[in-house]
Amino acid sequence: MKLFLKFDIQQLCDKVLNDQFSNLKIRFSVISYGEIEILDKVSKSQLLEIKAVLSDYGITIVEDQKSILIQKIKDAITEMVNDEDETIAVKSSVYLAEKLNHSYGYLSNLFSEVTYTSIENYIILQKIERAKHLITTTDMTLTEIAFKLNYSSVAHLSTQFKNTTGITPSAFQRIITKRRELTQ
Amino acid sequence: MQNNSIKILLADDDEDDRLFFTEAFEELKIKSSVSTFKNGVLLMEYLNQANCVLPDLLFLDLNMPKKSGIECLKEIKQEQRFKDMVIAIYSTSASEEDIEKTFVLGANIYIKKPNDFGKLKKALSEVVTTNWQYQTNSLNKENFLLRL
Repeated sequence: MKLFLKFDIQQLCDKVLNDQFSNLKIRFSVISYGEIEILDKVSKSQLLEIKAVLSDYGITIVEDQKSILIQKIKDAITEMVNDEDETIAVKSSVYLAEKLNHSYGYLSNLFSEVTYTSIENYIILQKIERAKHLITTTDMTLTEIAFKLNYSSVAHLSTQFKNTTGITPSAFQRIITKRRELTQ
Repeated sequence: MQNNSIKILLADDDEDDRLFFTEAFEELKIKSSVSTFKNGVLLMEYLNQANCVLPDLLFLDLNMPKKSGIECLKEIKQEQRFKDMVIAIYSTSASEEDIEKTFVLGANIYIKKPNDFGKLKKALSEVVTTNWQYQTNSLNKENFLLRL
């Protein structure tokens, strides 16, 4: 039997962090998504221990400043893409610059240099990934998905989907459905 | 992770295609190491060694003597050990049937072999950077489909 699961990544991470830190008897508080503050004094060896237990869950401590900023850009983009209530009313460039306190030009250059893609393309990729997720895990129509992801029309979503993946949303859905039938 | 080069394998019976492929990767921005096999049998022999280093990306030609790309794809998809490998079909065929069939069987990428070197470089660059995004942002590989 095969089951298809949906995850709440945030909840998953919170649970892992809470369990692991209480095992280590270290107090911490969550500052924002992907950023925590250690409230107790930790020794070098304790820090290594934290690193080791977290790495079992695929969680790594980001160290250099550039990587931290890149991660913040990515997190802000994730937040934007998942912004269902449309609380973010400004353009993505303005939003990122204001949120991260750097000029968009700086952020954009740094991002391209490190990730082999541009911020614009990364946003598109994330939106299309979200669309794929919705196509395969919900009964939503493409029109509903386009609306949810803030596309001006279904045609716009379809075109961007095709440009990014080389296939149409309906071909994508057909392929994934057939693949699941094959492996079941 | 950023300092490691990505490991790439290609199985293709055409010698020129193997050569162009290797050269194209040498000119890309992302560091890579490329190994090639001239047929599917040799590729599978390599992969089936218990201690071999598995590639991040595997390119399969469809029409090869002895063992076709489709046969390799089917064998690979049956092995748990290979589940993290991203598989690209690299073929002269652009038939919708081949494309859909290989995607359904579990391929992630389908590239119709471009007819000039510049286009080849562009296509491979797109494959590698897209794959990079999946690797570094823990995106769902089940949903990784790319056609070029």
